[in-house]
Amino acid sequence: MKLKSVLCAATAFGLMAAASAQAETLTIATVNNGDMIRMQGLTEAFTAKTGHKVEWVTLEENVLRQRVTTDITTKGGAFDIMTIGMYETPIWGKNGWLVPLNDMSEEYDVGDILPAMANGLSYDGTLYAAPFYGESSMVMYRTDLMEKAGLEMPKDPTWQFIREAAAAMDDPEQDINGICLRGKAGWGEGGAFITVTANSFGARWFDEDWRPQFDQPEWKEALTFYTSLMNDYGPAGYATNGFNENLSLFQQGKCGMWIDATVAASFVTNPEDSTVADHVGFALAPNSEGVSKRSNWLWAWALAIPAGTQKADAAKQFIEWATSKEYIELVAEKEGWANVPPGARTSLYETAEYQEVPFAAMTLESINAADPTNPTVKPVPYVGIQFVAIPEFAGIATEVSQEFSAAYAGQQTVDEALAKAQAIVNDAMEAAGYR
Amino acid sequence: MARSVSTRRKALNTIIAWTIGLMIVFPILWTILTSFKTEAQAINDPPLFFFFDWTLENYSVVQERSDYMRFLWNSIIIAGGSTLLGILIAVPAAWSMAFVPSKRTKDILLWMLSTKMLPAVGVLYPIYLLFISLGLLDTRVGLVLVLMLINLPIIVWMLYTYFKEIPTEILEAARMDGATLKEEILYVLTPMAIPGIASTILLNIILAWNEAFWTLNLTAAQAAPLTAFIASYSSPEGLFYAKLSAASTMAIAPILILGWFSQKQLVRGLTFGAVK
Repeated sequence: MKLKSVLCAATAFGLMAAASAQAETLTIATVNNGDMIRMQGLTEAFTAKTGHKVEWVTLEENVLRQRVTTDITTKGGAFDIMTIGMYETPIWGKNGWLVPLNDMSEEYDVGDILPAMANGLSYDGTLYAAPFYGESSMVMYRTDLMEKAGLEMPKDPTWQFIREAAAAMDDPEQDINGICLRGKAGWGEGGAFITVTANSFGARWFDEDWRPQFDQPEWKEALTFYTSLMNDYGPAGYATNGFNENLSLFQQGKCGMWIDATVAASFVTNPEDSTVADHVGFALAPNSEGVSKRSNWLWAWALAIPAGTQKADAAKQFIEWATSKEYIELVAEKEGWANVPPGARTSLYETAEYQEVPFAAMTLESINAADPTNPTVKPVPYVGIQFVAIPEFAGIATEVSQEFSAAYAGQQTVDEALAKAQAIVNDAMEAAGYR
Repeated sequence: MARSVSTRRKALNTIIAWTIGLMIVFPILWTILTSFKTEAQAINDPPLFFFFDWTLENYSVVQERSDYMRFLWNSIIIAGGSTLLGILIAVPAAWSMAFVPSKRTKDILLWMLSTKMLPAVGVLYPIYLLFISLGLLDTRVGLVLVLMLINLPIIVWMLYTYFKEIPTEILEAARMDGATLKEEILYVLTPMAIPGIASTILLNIILAWNEAFWTLNLTAAQAAPLTAFIASYSSPEGLFYAKLSAASTMAIAPILILGWFSQKQLVRGLTFGAVK
C-alpha cells in the first residue's frame, strides 16, 4: 500500500514536472478591436486547458504592421504569434517566413473554415494563417429615411440606385448626408474603397502583363462617379474621412447610407453607442449596371506563426484554440451570439441562434460573393480584391490614393489624378522588375 | 494719455498671452475632458465641453485591461536611466569642449547635431539587427542605451552652452588651489551649473518619456513603456476615443506633474546666461 502511494505520488509529481517543463509563455502581437480585446479577456480558459501563458502586445493597426514586418524580415523572434491580414499572408507564406498550418488536429476541422477565407490565407494550397474573424463590405442604410423617401432598397442595389437614393435622402437642413463613404488617403482606407468601386465598374489595377490600367475608361468612369456622388450628397470634407469618421457620422444619424466593412454592422446596431440602432438595414455592396462584379471586398484578421519562433508547438495550440468552434461557443456563452467573431467558420452560420442576428445572413452572402482570384470582370495577374498581393502594393497604393484624395478635395481634376496614378504605378512596376 | 495706452497695451498683451497659452494647453485639456465621457459623448457633434454626464468608466476599463504599473515602471526606468547615463557621459564631454576646445570642437558639435537630422526609420533595420544579435530586443537596458544615444547630442549641446557661460578663471583658480580634474568637474563646475544641468535632465526626461518610435519598435511585452500603452488603445476600425483619452491622460499625468513642480527650475535653467 505504502509503495503504491509512493509510486502514485512520484507519477503525479513527474507529470506535473513534465507539464511545467512544457508550459510556455507566448507573446502575441495583435490589433486593437473589439473581438481581439474580448479574446484577451478569455485567455485564462486557454491557460487552464494547456498550461501555456499568454502575453499580449496590442498595437494600432498601422503600427502593428510596421512592427511585425520588421520582426519577421529580420527573424527577430520577438513574437510567437502575429495577427496579420489577407494582404501579408500569401506574400509572407511564399517567402517562407511563416510556419505552415497544414497539420491542424482533426478536432479543429480545418474544412469548416469559409472557403473564401481559406483561399485568401493560403499560398500554393497551403494555409499559413488561421482566420480569427473575417469581413466583407456591404451597404448599411437608414430604413426610416428610405421609407420617408418612398424608396425600397433592393437586396442587390446598383450604383445608379444608390445615387438615386442618396439624392432622395440628402437633407442638408436636417444635417443628413445622402451617403457617407471613405475618401481618406491610405491603401487600407480610401484606397481600398476606390479599388473595389473600380472593380464594380469593370476596372482593374493591372492587365495580364502588369501594365497599370488607370488610363482606361473604366477607371475614369468609376472615379468620376464616386467624386460626383460624394460632392453632391456626401459630407463636407469627405476626402479626409475614413472608417471611424463615417462610423461616427452614421451613429449620430447624419448619413442616409454608408458602404463599409460588415464588422460595422454590430457597431451601428448597438443602442449604447448608436442613435439609429433600430433603423438600420443591410444590402449587398453595389455594382454598376451591367457589370457582373460587385464592390465588396474580403478581409480577415488571422493568426500566424513566424518562422523565427522557438515555441511553434505551443503557438499552434493557441491558434487551434482561438480559431476553433469551441472558442466561438465560449464567447457566445459569456457575451452573447452577436459578439462572436464573425466570418471565419461555415458552422457559425448554420447555428440557429446566430441566424437570428440581424446582419449575419448579409455578412455571409457578402463574403461568399467575394472572389480574390477574380476580383473584376477582366482577367488579372494578381490575387486580392481591395489590394494586389504583391509586396510593392502598400507603397504604390498609398501614393495613388493620395492623388485620388487630392481630386476629392478639389485640388486637382479626376483626369490629372488618374494620369499621375498611371505614372506612379508605371515607374514603380518598372523599377521592381515586373516588366 | 500715455498711461491709458500702456494699460490698453497691457490688456492686449494679457489677452494674447492667454489665447496662446490656451491654444497650447487645449489639446491636453480636451484629452482629459474626453476621458470622462462615454464613447457616444466623445464623438458628439457639436462637441460637449463641460455639460455631460461625467464618468470614470473609461479609467476602470483601462485599468482592467492593461497592467498600467508595468508600463509606468518601464517608462520611469527608460526615461530616467537614459537621461542619467547621458548626463554622466555628456558632462565631461561638454567640459572638454567648453574649456579645452580643439581646432575641431565646432565641427564635432555640428557633426553630433547632424545625427539628429537623419530620420529614425533610416536606421531601424541596422539597430534592430544589432539588438537581435546582442540579445537586447524587448529589454529595458537596450532602450536605455538607444534613447541615451539619441538624446546625447542635445544633452552635450545644452551643457556646452551652459558651461560656456562659466568664467574659465574660476576653474583656473581651482586648479591653482590644487584641485584634480575630477574635483574640478565635481566640486567646482557642477555646483555652478546646477540650474543648467537640472533643466537638461528635465528636458531629456520629457523627450525620453514621449519617445514613440524606438520604444514601439524595439519592445514587445516585457520592456514596453507608456507609449506602447497608449498605442494599444488606438484603432482605425472602431471608436475608442474616450478610452484612448483615458489611457493618454494616465500616460502623461506623471510627466505633467513633474513638469508642473519643476517649471521654475526649468525656466531658470533655460534662461540661464541669457542676460550677461
